[in-house]
Amino acid sequence: MDATRPTVVAEGLCKRYGGKEALAGLDLTVPAGAVCAVLGPNGAGKTTAVRILATLLRPDGGRAEVAGFDVVRQGPEVRARIGLVGQQAAVDEILSGRQNLELFGRLSHLGARAAAHRADELLARFGLADTGAKAVKGYSGGMRRRLDLAAGLILAPVVLFLDEPTTGLDPRGRNEVWASIRELVGSGTTVVLTTQYLEEADRLADTICVIDAGRAIARGTPDELKNAIGGDRIAIVVREAADVAGAARVIERIASGPVEVDPDRRRLGAPVADRMAALTETVRALAEAGIETEDIALRRPTLDEVFFSLTANDGSKLWTPARPDREEAA
Amino acid sequence: MTTSTPTPTPTHATGAPVASVAPTGALAAGAPGGLHWAIPDAWTMTRRNLAHWVRQPAQVLIGLLFPVMTVLLFGYLFGGGMTLPGGGDYRAFLVPGMFAMAMLFGLETTFAAVSTDAARGVTDRFRSLPMAPSAVVTGRAVADMLYAAAGLAVMVGAGLAIGWRWEQGIGRALAAFGLLLLLRFALLWVGIFLALVVESPEMLVAIQILVWPLGFLSNAFAAPATMPGWLGTVAAWNPLSSTVAAGRALFGNPDGGGESWIAQHAVPMAVVWPLLIVAVFFPLSVRRYRRLGR
Repeated sequence: MDATRPTVVAEGLCKRYGGKEALAGLDLTVPAGAVCAVLGPNGAGKTTAVRILATLLRPDGGRAEVAGFDVVRQGPEVRARIGLVGQQAAVDEILSGRQNLELFGRLSHLGARAAAHRADELLARFGLADTGAKAVKGYSGGMRRRLDLAAGLILAPVVLFLDEPTTGLDPRGRNEVWASIRELVGSGTTVVLTTQYLEEADRLADTICVIDAGRAIARGTPDELKNAIGGDRIAIVVREAADVAGAARVIERIASGPVEVDPDRRRLGAPVADRMAALTETVRALAEAGIETEDIALRRPTLDEVFFSLTANDGSKLWTPARPDREEAA
Repeated sequence: MTTSTPTPTPTHATGAPVASVAPTGALAAGAPGGLHWAIPDAWTMTRRNLAHWVRQPAQVLIGLLFPVMTVLLFGYLFGGGMTLPGGGDYRAFLVPGMFAMAMLFGLETTFAAVSTDAARGVTDRFRSLPMAPSAVVTGRAVADMLYAAAGLAVMVGAGLAIGWRWEQGIGRALAAFGLLLLLRFALLWVGIFLALVVESPEMLVAIQILVWPLGFLSNAFAAPATMPGWLGTVAAWNPLSSTVAAGRALFGNPDGGGESWIAQHAVPMAVVWPLLIVAVFFPLSVRRYRRLGR
């Protein structure tokens, strides 16, 4: 396999269920060793994309290659090189954690001894050594997900697919799983992660592919995506709801882009060009207008704002920020 | 081809190699998912199901003893009030019926196991592994047949304890057991098909509700000759009834009379019905399993 070739390539993937288009020509490229987050709302086609890449689902159109093998024509070769962690902990509840890992190891054609050895290693690595002999039924949500992750790593996969790995977990379970995923990063495994949590993509991913209605609408590093919607923002909370309109007029003069207003929470936000000048000018102008504020802050845009500004626009237009040092060799 | 792909070795944060097992090397022995893995993988899947029994001895015991309880309940509670057309002991009449009922209830075991795997995503996990795809089903089939054979053995013990005997030699008795297991094998595919259609273990109650009338609307508990005309015909043509009647014929137990064509051809029909069920539900199950990928 050519070392510069991306590990995951999808071109124009299409999939429909009945009349509904789940994927409408999705393109995705993930370089070897990268962590790519596929970010999108429910129903955007994230799970469909992962299921096609993991050979669980046949695409209706387009093609995809994983670790150099075609996902349709070379399914067995692909399956020998991937790990899949689905939306729910896909483990046998009745068996113990160790029995689960040994089972998946044997079915991945490790010998009996190798499968047992691998199970021990993975249990230790994911902090499950003490509970390895207990039935999975008694595991907490976080423990199940960690076991599920371990099961996805049985074969030391070239590509690991994580489909919403923290959905439904409490904050503690989420932190446990994040820590486990971060440990994988830098180990050479290429990770494709779907998520609807922007924070998750921000924390774990090198590159983000934002998808909506079955196609990619943006891609880049987290910073690139944030820069793309206009650098720093000023955020204000006014004390009186009646002042929201007045404050919006004041900020309009200072802002470098449209002012977003949330009247219910008496909140205003807008992109600004020169951060310090904008801050002092805002404080001065609001005081002059007699508008009392509860909070004034400067901050980088969150991925939420990136996401909403992208999906609110024409979603069919593919938008790619400049990536001078990250251009993928296709 | 399999050896030329470098596999990155995941490492601990400390830098110590974690994957001391060389996974792709293990696979280089043959094409992943190749046909020669069908049997070893099926055995691994069978052992997984056997491990379930070891971990849930209480459930297994209840599963095995429930039909025994039914035998006792019907044998002693209703048995006294039952007069068979054609004469004979009701309990000797009942026991072959209960054997077949146990085979029928096995459908619920299959359904529960397959639908739980499908609903929990375990089936998808298997489908993402480089294992032989057929092993998911064949492993299930072997385990369920072993469980059915064990259940049958317990039932035979219970039958013997309440006075049931095979009267015509071990050869014919074994043939009868063979027909019972053939019925169980046929129902396996019904269970798999239904489970793949609904993919929801919560539907087990609905399956039970379907299975019960199917079991009772037969010759297992009462002779169709004693039922209202149309009901007797339905009961006699119930595939379960052919297996039960064939069992009674081969064991030499009272058969409760029956002049109909179907009752007169019980043994061949006890082969035909299950084969027919397999012919319908095996392709349906395979198609349904393949459709998981569409």
